[in-house]
Amino acid sequence: MLRVIGKRIALLIPTLFGLSVLLFLWVRSLPGGPATALLGEKATPEAIARVNELYGFDRPLLVQYFTYMGKLLRGDFGVSINTGRPVLEEFATRFPATVELTIVALIFAIGVGVPLGYAAARHYGRFVDHSSVVLSLIGITVPVFFLAFILKYLFAIQWSILPPDGRQNPRIDATHFTDFYVLDGILTGEWDAAWDAVLHLILPGLALGTIPLAIIVRITRASVLEVQNADYVRTARAKGLMERTIRGSFILRNAMLPVVTTIGLQLGLLISGAVLTETVFAFNGIGRFLRDAIFGLDYPVLQGFIIFIAILYALINLIVDLSYSVIDPRVRVQ
Amino acid sequence: MSNKGTSVRGAGFARKRAALTAGLSITALLLTGCVQSQREENTGTEGEAAVDSTFVFAASADPKSLDPAFASDGESFRVSRQIFEGLVGVKEGTPDPEPLLAESWETAEDGLSTTFKLKEGVKFHDGTDFNADAVCFNFDRWYNWTGLQQAPTVSTYYNDLFHGFADKPENAVYESCEANGDNEVTVNLARPFAGFVPSLSLPAFSMQSPTALEQYKADEIGGSAESPKQSEYATGHPVGTGPFKFDSWDVGQQVELSIFEDYWGEKGQITNTIFRIIDDPQARRQALEAGTIDGYDLVAPADIQSLKDAGYNVVARDPFTILYLGFNHKVEQLANPKVREAIAYAIDKQALVDQTLPEGTKVATQFIPDVVDGYSEDVETYDFDPEKAKELLAEAGYPDGFEIQFNYPTNVSRPYMPTPEQVFTNLQAQLADVGITVTPAPAAWSPDYLDQVQGTEDHGLHLLGWTGDYNDTDNFVGVFFGQEKPEFGFNNPELFAALSEARGMSDRDEQTKAYEEINKQISEFIPAIPLAHPAPSLAFNERVTSYPASPVNDEVFNNIELSK
Repeated sequence: MLRVIGKRIALLIPTLFGLSVLLFLWVRSLPGGPATALLGEKATPEAIARVNELYGFDRPLLVQYFTYMGKLLRGDFGVSINTGRPVLEEFATRFPATVELTIVALIFAIGVGVPLGYAAARHYGRFVDHSSVVLSLIGITVPVFFLAFILKYLFAIQWSILPPDGRQNPRIDATHFTDFYVLDGILTGEWDAAWDAVLHLILPGLALGTIPLAIIVRITRASVLEVQNADYVRTARAKGLMERTIRGSFILRNAMLPVVTTIGLQLGLLISGAVLTETVFAFNGIGRFLRDAIFGLDYPVLQGFIIFIAILYALINLIVDLSYSVIDPRVRVQ
Repeated sequence: MSNKGTSVRGAGFARKRAALTAGLSITALLLTGCVQSQREENTGTEGEAAVDSTFVFAASADPKSLDPAFASDGESFRVSRQIFEGLVGVKEGTPDPEPLLAESWETAEDGLSTTFKLKEGVKFHDGTDFNADAVCFNFDRWYNWTGLQQAPTVSTYYNDLFHGFADKPENAVYESCEANGDNEVTVNLARPFAGFVPSLSLPAFSMQSPTALEQYKADEIGGSAESPKQSEYATGHPVGTGPFKFDSWDVGQQVELSIFEDYWGEKGQITNTIFRIIDDPQARRQALEAGTIDGYDLVAPADIQSLKDAGYNVVARDPFTILYLGFNHKVEQLANPKVREAIAYAIDKQALVDQTLPEGTKVATQFIPDVVDGYSEDVETYDFDPEKAKELLAEAGYPDGFEIQFNYPTNVSRPYMPTPEQVFTNLQAQLADVGITVTPAPAAWSPDYLDQVQGTEDHGLHLLGWTGDYNDTDNFVGVFFGQEKPEFGFNNPELFAALSEARGMSDRDEQTKAYEEINKQISEFIPAIPLAHPAPSLAFNERVTSYPASPVNDEVFNNIELSK
């Protein structure tokens, strides 16, 4: 197992190298320059030229690339042009927010999606099944930001039962040291703060979890339908095994393989969904930060972010692959 | 099938987990009422009226730097104004200078030296005395910056107004600072600069604690030129003399300040100020409606009436802005003065203001608001006259009109241009009435639009504007027409020289006359058309009974009045 993991990580190196070249070229070919974004309306042409010189945007691409890679290999992701703070530091303070949000979205998507998909398959062709199909269709087609707006408008503005924005009520005096607000509240015993942070996660979590939920319902339903009609299930029934055993150990377990793959893939998509969700809910995670970087043409952030996401994707894929062998021992990780 | 042993346990676990999740979600939904009730608990400790002394204001972005000398953006300055004070302040509700940390000043006849008498008994938040030495420390700090610190992105305002630094004193406006005892200081300039005293009201020239600047290495702004990095001081230890002192900055989330107990002036009702960062304009409005914030700036014009109807206090700033229709003189038609005049007559500014700009907006006849020195009643105003516009077009050789590119930004809201798309559509229709067909050329504000309009020749008509920084004519017309720029593409040496001369005048009256003359000259040359002075608005929770709205955003929160 360790060798497998080692090999996969070794493979990551050339992949990341290729990615860094493509990324670098792509970012530099974006229209417009960062100097005007930095200087704003008051910029004189001389000031723009000076900034380009200062940041090295006027130097040959190859020089810029090697300077960048040299620093990257030393763990220096540069300084954000927008905020003047190190990119890694910016990630580190915002990543916990997005992780919290992703966890809530996943709990919602899996917690509701798997039972619903399973129920739909079990009651195939009946009301539960039809409504799950309709619901998942709606879930997939409604854009994330639209859903976010509706949720926010209804629950936060109209009925005032959940907070409309941010990660914490500004009037609550909370201590933060891990930047996982819920965890911070629990560790310091500030229950008010922890609970408040949980409340702030509900609406964005629901918005973010809806698409994965819809997809998980469909995959679970299809997978369970396929498995429950498989020969070995029929054989098991013919042998007189308890229905509970058949459902639990035969159907659900075997049907989970494609579901786990889907969840892994959804994790990656959750990050891009977070860009929209975090914007609507003024939620201070990496999604909102990425959006600012795109609008502000913040090269160091864009480059760092994409490399970071690539590593994350690779790790998620590895975990998904490894979990196959746990769910189904016939699958061997190679 | 080898999975028998664990399967039953697995299914049971899945069921339990599902139940647990469902249970948690239900509990969560049932208990959500709690969050709303927490807000009112945090009441003031000062005996009098029981008001919630925490004031939450929505900022649209993080401050770029807590060291105002290295900042130039509005959100940094909004925070700075609470923490810091300058020698010179701004008269409430106007853009005019008035004494703040300096009690009075006297400028020598040659305009080269100004002596400030300082307020006594003022302390910085860290206990350091504010005195003549502290003043000179600040001036010398700015003047002695080197390398990266001199970059226009880093020390924008010092660059713009004081030009040179100690290592290249040829262009420098500043020369030296002398402390005459503890409470008097003389600042000597190398060349006359009539805007010197008013410019000191900018937050960039606030007085900062020499002790803290040194202790937290305020001038150490990053290791290399490619990655300028904010100093320790600018990210977490700003120390001024203002009514509020810095507590914490949770990047992307909020900045917290609390009252400075030893403040020399009125402390007011607010003990805690929180700048909550909400970048989406619609989210700011919703946060106000949901009660998580007490107020926000730059209300969308479309929201003003509905917020008022719902009982919110909407406050309009006195306009200190200008929105104009720019011409690229490199385009054949626009190089023709008759065409520019025709366009000036073709535009119904009043209709534009009524239909697209917020309440309180004034029609513009020149490129400065009427409170700025040099505003002249005698400029050519080109009152709306479409017939005359058509005649002029015919005289210019375009009896059937012509077609021209019209550049405008999208998805952006500026204080002087809350809804560019609407302004464009309105002008497009007005121009069509006299036979000018425009080709829409929309672009995203930054960097596309600004780059295209200010950096290239690829534009025709365009929309842009300005918000003044302090009461100074050069800060408006000088910025637009002081030199040849790709934005306008004309070369009028006479105008450039007049502006340069006026900027350097030491006598205020003489300067005012010169600017009046320049404004007349501009109105005849028509390098662009001044459209309006839009009034930006702020919206507040009904408990905010008074907010000291300032045309130059000089609002200090100890002056806010709350009712509950």
